[in-house]
Amino acid sequence: MAEKENIIIESGDAVQPFAYSVGMHGSKFFAEIRDHQRFLGIKCSRCGKVYIPPRGVCGDCFAEMNDWVEVGPKGVIGTFTILRYAFIDPETGVQKPVPYGYGFIKFDGADTLFQHYINIEDEAKIRVGARVEPVWAKHRKGSIRDIEYFKVID
Amino acid sequence: MDRAAIIGVGMTKIEKRKIRQTFADMAWEAVNKALTDAGMTMDDIDNVVTTSSDFWDGRTISCMAVGDASGAAHKNISCVEGDGTYGAFYGMTRALSGSYRTTLVTGHTKGSESVSSLITNAAFDPIYERSLGMDMITACAMQARSYMHRTKTTSEQLALVSVKNHGNALKNPLAQLPLNLTVSDVLASEMVADPLHKLDCSPVSDGCAAVIIAHESVAAKFRQKPVWVRGVSFCADSFFFGDRDLSRAGSLAQAAKKAYAMAGIHDPKKEIDVAEVSDAFTYQELLWLEEMGLADDAAAGKQLERGDFNLDGPLPVNASGGLLSGHPVIAAGLYSMAAVVRQIRGDAGGFQVKKAKTGLVQGVNGLGGQSHCVWILDKDK
Repeated sequence: MAEKENIIIESGDAVQPFAYSVGMHGSKFFAEIRDHQRFLGIKCSRCGKVYIPPRGVCGDCFAEMNDWVEVGPKGVIGTFTILRYAFIDPETGVQKPVPYGYGFIKFDGADTLFQHYINIEDEAKIRVGARVEPVWAKHRKGSIRDIEYFKVID
Repeated sequence: MDRAAIIGVGMTKIEKRKIRQTFADMAWEAVNKALTDAGMTMDDIDNVVTTSSDFWDGRTISCMAVGDASGAAHKNISCVEGDGTYGAFYGMTRALSGSYRTTLVTGHTKGSESVSSLITNAAFDPIYERSLGMDMITACAMQARSYMHRTKTTSEQLALVSVKNHGNALKNPLAQLPLNLTVSDVLASEMVADPLHKLDCSPVSDGCAAVIIAHESVAAKFRQKPVWVRGVSFCADSFFFGDRDLSRAGSLAQAAKKAYAMAGIHDPKKEIDVAEVSDAFTYQELLWLEEMGLADDAAAGKQLERGDFNLDGPLPVNASGGLLSGHPVIAAGLYSMAAVVRQIRGDAGGFQVKKAKTGLVQGVNGLGGQSHCVWILDKDK
């Protein structure tokens, strides 16, 4: 008897490149990180909530925001995980080295949380509420990777 | 307000890889099963709503590719990108609109044909989140941590959700992963992203489900006893994870409250007999139950240990095996809905619960439960 054969059509290597607009808020945010290593949030003049990353509209109030405020750069871990499974890096398409830490940072002066990597060299120190600070990349290009990671300073 | 009822359901078996079926083949199977279940022919269907995700299907306007196999030729077809419960909501409003009396709603996903972590990664913000590698498992691991931190729920309690639901799946021939597990098995499974083990996570799945929704004027015209929609609501939270209190799901509490009000339910713990909720990850079943008032705040884990949510408990939850036992993402809510419909009709087979007059279905759309859709279904109008 002939062996069964599954015929599969693969999608091939073609990609759909995108050019995402960062917008005026993102541009200011990333320029400030690149040039001055400072985090800018934005405050709703109606409810007073300070958002990071900054954006044009407070969703709760449906109101435009224009009030820039500096937050951080220190903060605390809001929540975190340690990734242990093989993960394909969406930027490069190759497998990411694991494990690595990932968390939400509550910057001093902000009301929302900011996500980034957390250094897990000393895993015992990683906990909700631990104080952290950013470690900046040497060559900053105006992107989220201008921050290498956050490290615990407790 | 006019009333609507669910008068037919049909589902493919949920499988890891449906290599013998295309998207349209899956739709054909589920749609015909639903028509047979309802005692209808395609001529009795006034309009069609399909539910799918373009990224998972690997094509844009994916709804149009399953139109023929869903009986949409010469009919009005529209689509929803999101969980099947949202497709059903849209389908119901069409049946109530006066323009149509019956809507066929389908939902399909094939997780097997792509890399799921890249698909869910692509749902995150491309400027701030995506390049760091955020995906559904990473995000939900952080939500799990946040929930456990606030409520002191333990890893053992999370594991027990997996034990219960995989065990229930042993009685559901449509489930992908019926498993006889112990808490230690779950805790010994690979740590995927702290605090989530592999068996805390739902599998990658293929499947398609269909439901038929009818206006009250025609609901009793066909073979099945109608299952009535008593209440339904959905609410959404902020897009950015960091904007939300990750240990809670405020939009779910709101959606449930509105659905209860519409259904005239005052004490959900007593009045809901059976529930199918979105357990893509173990902790979610507990968190969602608390937010819907079906468990006490921060106590769902303890109630689970007591057996409250077991198949023979006071409130059976995910008697079908839930999403942990098979998770065709976009179709998931329709599978949950079909499971509750079958409970209420008394034909759930091996996973039939004793009392099933009033049932609850919860569907989730967006990352980590950004939006929730809650249905109250009932034997009585």
